[in-house]
Amino acid sequence: MAKITYKHPSGTVTIVDVEAPNTVMRGAKLNGVEGIEAQCGGSAQCGTCHVYVDEANELPLPEMDSVEDDVLYGTACERTEHSRLSCQLPVTEAIDGLVVHLPEAQS
Amino acid sequence: MGPRGVVVIGAGQGGLDTAAALRGRGYRGRLTLVGDEPVLPYQRPPLSKGFLTGDTAAGDLELRPRAFFAAQDVEVVSGTRAAKIDRERRTVLLETGTTLPYDSLVLATGARPRTLPVPGAVSLSGVLTLRGLADAEDLRKRLTGPPRRLVVIGAGFIGLELAATARKLGHEVTVVEAQSRALARALTPTMSSRLVARHAEAGVRILLSREVTALWGSAAGRVEVVELDGAERIPADLVVVGIGVLPNTELATLAELQVGDGIVVDAQLRTDDPDIYALGDCARFPSPHAGRHVRLESVQNASDQAKVVAAGICGDRVPYTAVPWFWSEQYDMRLQIAGLTAGHDETVLAGDPEGGRFSVFCFRDGRLTGVESVNRPADHGIARRLLASGTELTADDVRRPGFDLKTLARRPQERLTHA
Repeated sequence: MAKITYKHPSGTVTIVDVEAPNTVMRGAKLNGVEGIEAQCGGSAQCGTCHVYVDEANELPLPEMDSVEDDVLYGTACERTEHSRLSCQLPVTEAIDGLVVHLPEAQS
Repeated sequence: MGPRGVVVIGAGQGGLDTAAALRGRGYRGRLTLVGDEPVLPYQRPPLSKGFLTGDTAAGDLELRPRAFFAAQDVEVVSGTRAAKIDRERRTVLLETGTTLPYDSLVLATGARPRTLPVPGAVSLSGVLTLRGLADAEDLRKRLTGPPRRLVVIGAGFIGLELAATARKLGHEVTVVEAQSRALARALTPTMSSRLVARHAEAGVRILLSREVTALWGSAAGRVEVVELDGAERIPADLVVVGIGVLPNTELATLAELQVGDGIVVDAQLRTDDPDIYALGDCARFPSPHAGRHVRLESVQNASDQAKVVAAGICGDRVPYTAVPWFWSEQYDMRLQIAGLTAGHDETVLAGDPEGGRFSVFCFRDGRLTGVESVNRPADHGIARRLLASGTELTADDVRRPGFDLKTLARRPQERLTHA
């Protein structure tokens, strides 16, 4: 289980507990956190589960693979060095306390 | 917001996303989601892929957990069909006898597989279609175990994905297609021939330009043979028919709404009754990308249309303009389509087809209309952005040596100016 914080562009902050095995994307879906679409269901196809990992993050996230890197070229909001696909971020105890910022739009 | 609330008929992707988007927008009225399947809304794309191999469990298909519907105050009526719409009273009669009043009604009724109009197709057992979870559970049981002879009728997305999955599971697979190439309506000839070549390489026998004339069974009524034109007979333990779908328009027809291969809606996805919307597989809408009315069968279309419908119900009348996109996975091929490629008059191939990473850029009257990609997700994503923003990209741009869409992604306007 890990506590994940989703920060919305409106300033709203949602903090939820997400069980493993899940992803940061699925954690939002399971808990009714809007702002993450994941139209492809989490298969790294669509880029509609885009999040910005908090700049101050020091928690260990998996390296981005080339598919995720490529998919991030197509996000609706600008890609930054903090951009990730939340479907590619597995929830483990090691990322307890992760903070992600949601973009203005996903599609 | 009226006192009667919103009724959504159809608990698939589009119906669910409409309900979620309404609550996301702060809609606080009564909200009822009616579905004819006995389960909560689920993802369909894995049904022809990971669900059959066991990589995706049934629980992982659920789009939202039960707790979501309670927390969002969405009443889900499962396993129930809507029988009739009374437009004058603004009510929906369910087949259970319950009457639901509405201020706004959303038809997200989806589509159903076409049946094969040949002898034996309906009467024999072992002849299946693949649309819903129940179909997939049945198919999964039959594909678990020793190798069987599977004949897939129709080389569309469902048929080809199923063929790839069945090969992975070790079955003997034949695909029969009436058209002269696979996915003739959806893909460029370049892409369909690549797909067919990949299937052949994987050991699938694909028969093009062949008509199925009859299915024959055992005395016990189990399918055993698929007969083709020219009297060729293919032995089969299992037949899956994937020859397209028909939109579920009966309720709309009964309510005297405008229907013609789909429920006809305007740019805001309203039917000719302003209190009734239609979206997803069942709706025929004016597409700025096609320049005409189209009906699209995809998750993206249902999901993006749901947002427009929810906006309209909340009084925010925006047109539906999202760029269509689609994906399919077969073997090691991630096929993605951005835009609409039908009606193109020029194509340019980029990348490395032999290496299995390439894109087909499609143009009409010199304008980019769509891009088909295999294992080039950046091309796909950037193409979606270019199509959404109307940024110009010509066939000559793509033909230029060293062309790479990624270099155009950062400052598309600047890079694409033709000096």
